[in-house]
Amino acid sequence: MTVEFAPDSGRIKARFEKLKSEGRGGLVTFVTAGDPNYETGLEILKGLPAAGADIIELGMPFTDPMADGPAIQAAGLRALQNGQTLTKCLDMVREFRQQDQETPVILMGYFNPIYAYGTEKFLADVKQAGVDGLIIVDLPPEEDSELCIPALEAGVNFIRLTTPTTVGTRLPVVMTNTSGFVYYVSILGITGTASASEEAIREAVSRLKSATDLPVAVGFGIKTPDQAKSVASIADAAVVGSAIVDKVNANLDENGQPNDRLVDSVLGYVSELAGAIRA
Amino acid sequence: MRMSQINSFRTGPDESGRFGIFGGRFVAETLMPLILDVEQAYTDAKNDPGFAKEFSYYLKDYGGRPSPLYFAERMTEAFGGAKIYLKREELNHTGSHKINNVLGQILLARRMGKKRIIAETGAGQHGVAVATVCALFDLPCKIYMGKTDVERQAPNVFRMKLLGAEVEPVTSGSMTLKDAMNEGLRDWVANVEETFYIIGTVAGPHPYPEMVRDFQCVIGDETKKQIMEHEGRLPDALTACIGGGSNAMGLFHPFLDDKDVAIYGVEAAGSGVETGLHAASLSGGKPGVLHGNRTYLLQDEDGQITEAHSISAGLDYPGIGPEHAWLKDIGRVNYVSATDDEAIAAFQKCAKLEGIIPALESSHALAYTEKLAKELGKDQIIVACLSGRGDKDVHTIADRLGVAL
Repeated sequence: MTVEFAPDSGRIKARFEKLKSEGRGGLVTFVTAGDPNYETGLEILKGLPAAGADIIELGMPFTDPMADGPAIQAAGLRALQNGQTLTKCLDMVREFRQQDQETPVILMGYFNPIYAYGTEKFLADVKQAGVDGLIIVDLPPEEDSELCIPALEAGVNFIRLTTPTTVGTRLPVVMTNTSGFVYYVSILGITGTASASEEAIREAVSRLKSATDLPVAVGFGIKTPDQAKSVASIADAAVVGSAIVDKVNANLDENGQPNDRLVDSVLGYVSELAGAIRA
Repeated sequence: MRMSQINSFRTGPDESGRFGIFGGRFVAETLMPLILDVEQAYTDAKNDPGFAKEFSYYLKDYGGRPSPLYFAERMTEAFGGAKIYLKREELNHTGSHKINNVLGQILLARRMGKKRIIAETGAGQHGVAVATVCALFDLPCKIYMGKTDVERQAPNVFRMKLLGAEVEPVTSGSMTLKDAMNEGLRDWVANVEETFYIIGTVAGPHPYPEMVRDFQCVIGDETKKQIMEHEGRLPDALTACIGGGSNAMGLFHPFLDDKDVAIYGVEAAGSGVETGLHAASLSGGKPGVLHGNRTYLLQDEDGQITEAHSISAGLDYPGIGPEHAWLKDIGRVNYVSATDDEAIAAFQKCAKLEGIIPALESSHALAYTEKLAKELGKDQIIVACLSGRGDKDVHTIADRLGVAL
C-alpha cells in the first residue's frame, strides 16, 4: 500500500539537524506522564529541555505494559492511581508547548487506551496538542492499518521499534511506513533490565543505517552517564527511561507522596546524562 | 456480516489472523519474527500426516482419549427436563481438557527445536498439563502464576513442582491470570530464541487462537461421533464454561455449521454482572486490544484493563478468545453467565447426583445446563462439557461453606 505522508511538525527533523551541526548525539529522555502525579509530572516535563533533554518521550500509562520492566510498570500504576488519563497526557503536552515550541515530544505507550479514545479523534487531538510522533509498542507492521498509516496521513510521525530480531527480510518490512527516527531496542527483553555491549550496538546501528536514512536512537538498559555518552557517540541519540523513572521512585515517601527534592533529583540526573554526552 | 450471509462459520481466521475485526497480532516487534515462525511451523505441521499421527498417538495412549460421553441419568431426572450428557474431559490425564492443547503445542515446539518452555496459568490446570508434558519430553519449564492464584490453588502449585516445573508467583497488577500472561510475555521477549510459549487458551496473537482451537477440536469431534452412537442424532444444545474459552471452542467448533444445534457459552458472573465484580467480558466488556489480540475486554472508559472477579481462578480473566468475540457479534453462539453462588450450587449437585466432583470452572457450565434443561422438553438433548475435575477446588468450596479442613 502506498501511503501519503502528510507534512509533520518538522520539529524532529530540525532537532536532528541541530544535533548534527553541534557534532554530537542527542539525549532522548523518557518519563511517564503523570508520575507520580499530574502537577509533579508537569514540572518535570517542563524542566527537561533546560536540563539537557534533546527529545522527550512521554509514556502514556497502561495497566498492562507487556514490554516494560518493574520501574516503568510501577510508574504507570502510580500515575493511574493518581488519576492520569490519556486526555490528561495531551493536556500536559499542551501546557508544555506554551513554553517550548522546539523540543520534539513523542508519546509512547500501548494501543488499547488509544483504541478506546478513538483513533481518529486521537490523531486530531495529538496534532493539535503539539505532539510530534508516536511509539506504540504493540503495533508491529502487520497492524499498520490500525494507527500507523492513519498517523502518517495525518502528519504525525510513527516511530518504529527495531530489535535484535529485526534482521534479514524483516528489516525492510519494519523500515516501511515509518518516519521521524528509528528506535533501536538494543536488548532482547523488557525496559530497565540488561544492557547491550558497545560492539553489539555499533553493529546494529550500522545494519539499520544501511536500510534507512532516518536517524537512529538506541535505548533499553542505558543506566549511567558513561553508557549514555558511549551510545550517543555511536548512534544519533541515546534513550534513557527506567533510570530516570527510578529517580522519581527514590523520592517518594512510604505513602507514595513526593518529597520536595523529587523534581530536582530527576532533572539533576538528566543534567548529568546531558553533560556526559556533551563532554 | 449477518449470520444469514455466512456459508460456514468454520473458515476463520483470515490470513492476518482475524475473525471479523477480532484477533490479529498485537505484539512487540521483538516477538514478531518468532510469531511468524510459529505460524509457518504450524502450517507445515498441519500439512504433515506424521504430525497428526504423533498427536493422535499421544492423545490416546498418554492422554487417555477418547473421553466418554456419559448420560447423566440422575441429573437429568433431578432437573426434570432435557436429557443431559456430560463430555468427560475431567477423566483425561492431568484432570482437564488442557492436556489436549499442550500435547499439540509441545510437539510443535519440538519440531521447531525449542529448548525451553514457558506458560501462564490461572487455576493451575494448564500449568499442570504443561509441567506434565515437559517432564515427558524432558524440557525445562517455567510457569507464571499470579500470587493470588498460587495461594488459592496450592495443590496444583505443588503438583507442578513435583513434575519438575519452576513456578514463578507473579506479584504485579492484580496478581491473577492476566498478570501471569504479562510476565509470560515479558519472559518470552527476553528469551525469544530458545523459548516456546505454550499459551493455555484460544487467545493471544495469531496463530494461537486458531492453533489451540484446532488442538481442542478433538472434544467436539468425539462428541459428534459419540452422540450419534447414543442417540442417532445431534444434540439440541451444547454448553461449556468460558474463561479464555478453549474447552468451549473445542466443543463448539465442529458443531458451528450444524444450525439446529443451539450453543451456549457460560461466562463467570462472579457476584453478578450488575455488581461490576465479574469476569464476563462478553456480557460486561467492550472490544479492545490486550495480550496480542483484539477481543472483548473488561476495561474502563480510558482503556485501562479492569480486574476480573470470579471464585474460579481459571475464569478470572478480563478477556476472551477472539473467535468467541466474533461468534457473539454474528450471533451464532449465545453467551450467558453463571454467578459464583450458582456455580457452587451446581458443584454440589453434580457431586451428589452423579458422584463426580467437577472443577469450579465447569460448574458454571453445569449451572446454566440446569436452567436450560428445565426450559427444554424431555425429548431434547444437551451436551455439557465437564472440562475438569474439582479436587483442586475442595478447599475453596469448604471455605465458602464455612467448613474448616
